[in-house]
Amino acid sequence: MQINSEKPIETIQYKSEVKNLSFYYGGFNALKNIDMVLHDKRITALIGPSGCGKSTFLRCFNRMHDLYPGNRYEGEIILHPDDVNILASNVDPIEVRMRISMVFQKPNPFPKSIYENVAYGLRVRGIKQRAVLDEKVEAALRNSALWDEVKDRLHHLAFNLSGGQQQRLCIARALATDPEILLFDEPTSALDPIATASIEELITDLKNKVTILIVTHNMQQAARVSDYTAYMYLGELIEFNVTDTIFIKPKNKQTEDYITGRFG
Amino acid sequence: MAEESRTKITHAGKLGYSFRRHMHERFIETFLFLSALLSIAIMLAIIVMLVKESLVFFQHVSIWQFVTDTQWTPLFDDAHYGIMPLVSGTIVSSLIALLVALPLGTIIAIYLSEFAPFTVREMAKPFLELLGGVPTVVYGYFALLFVTPLLQIIFPELPGFNLLSAGLVMGIMIIPYVSSMTEDAMRAVPMNLREGSYAMGATRFQTAIRVVMPAAFSGIAAAYILGISRAVGETMVVAIAAGMQPNLTWNPMEPAATITAYIVQVSLGDLPHGSIGYQTIFAAGLTLLLITLLFNIIGHVLRKRYREIY
Repeated sequence: MQINSEKPIETIQYKSEVKNLSFYYGGFNALKNIDMVLHDKRITALIGPSGCGKSTFLRCFNRMHDLYPGNRYEGEIILHPDDVNILASNVDPIEVRMRISMVFQKPNPFPKSIYENVAYGLRVRGIKQRAVLDEKVEAALRNSALWDEVKDRLHHLAFNLSGGQQQRLCIARALATDPEILLFDEPTSALDPIATASIEELITDLKNKVTILIVTHNMQQAARVSDYTAYMYLGELIEFNVTDTIFIKPKNKQTEDYITGRFG
Repeated sequence: MAEESRTKITHAGKLGYSFRRHMHERFIETFLFLSALLSIAIMLAIIVMLVKESLVFFQHVSIWQFVTDTQWTPLFDDAHYGIMPLVSGTIVSSLIALLVALPLGTIIAIYLSEFAPFTVREMAKPFLELLGGVPTVVYGYFALLFVTPLLQIIFPELPGFNLLSAGLVMGIMIIPYVSSMTEDAMRAVPMNLREGSYAMGATRFQTAIRVVMPAAFSGIAAAYILGISRAVGETMVVAIAAGMQPNLTWNPMEPAATITAYIVQVSLGDLPHGSIGYQTIFAAGLTLLLITLLFNIIGHVLRKRYREIY
């Protein structure tokens, strides 16, 4: 019989490791030699002034930059447990996006019913069985705290929802395919404070289910929801640490200036 | 603080009502209103003229006879006034044209809007516009002297004048209208919708078909309606290549006349004003107007139903 009934000491688990990542928009060097990790099933926030490259960094994780010509990655983003560099040229960006979902700044539901919006990711994977779709759609809507509000009008057009509901629908859409990492690009910047609070609550609830990387303009939001915070400035990662440390006693003077509002 | 600027803007003496600005605004408003009014007035004038002249015709020929008679021979001694032969010719040639123009126009638009690299798009667009700029009379002879002989290799019994060749060429002629309006509608779909789709792991084709096209639906519907109206109203190609014999047929391999071809035939002839034969063109014109009106109403309803909402 085991004497030690306590949980074993949490081993450090990385969902992803960023190694010496640089990114170029044509000739413009937008990200410079970034080294960072994403802790498994934890929330990591990216903060920094406008134009510091935090959204650019986020969009590297699902290879969004591949959609536009002239963009170039250098370095690696390793996805665990596969230990695959998702930026490698022999990795299909579509495969990456099937495992790493994204929620955008402005709610962008498709011109379809609520149901079909959530089922979209499953449909593009070729899943057609009604039972599977029904189950996944319901689960995703429940996980995004939208089920009770929409269960009676699943086949209504998604545009009839309010802004906050639309954003939760987009989260449901991203969740329906069981992603390994969920990317949020300033998900509340287009929403009012009440909708923002519900989205933040939702993100916190999702913590133990999925690894989350969130870009935010709002430092309070980073402090409220995240476990780890990275401060970026001019395409460089200035400081990365546990959120409390970053906000209470940052090691770097620049980070401190930004956190305390002296700059940015 | 910014530097103190050297020049100073002086504000008008006292606040109050500016008669001059008011009149200026009123003048512009009135001018814009009159311009809008003019187009409506012209439309009304056309309708009044067509209806008035058609009434003269319908005093001689009953509407029943006009709709049910299977022959259209107003210029013969044994005159028949059944519009159906002209309507059938119009419908068959338009259908063939649309079977060519709508699918091809849509495929071209999807390619140009969602797939084509910038340079290809910039090169292809002027060529397509050129296709739309060719005079229709050239298309007419292209159908008669090039496409028909080509088709006769496949169908040896095909007559020299036929609806098939006219319809096919008319379809080619309409492609640029459909493709350019469809492409504009698709390109107007905001990038964040596409990114949302790509972010879910969709391919370009899935994104184009499942997200971009539904989002651009109202614009695409408008493009299709324009294509239909162009096909129904096209004159030169059918007048030249389809023959001018009114013929109640649904077979594209036969010669036939369309409403427009008949109107142009009579207008060019030497029928005296006021004769019943002359009045027929107004009744035919009214029928044409009603057909296009019907499509415009359908288009309007569709657009209302599926408004562009991003």
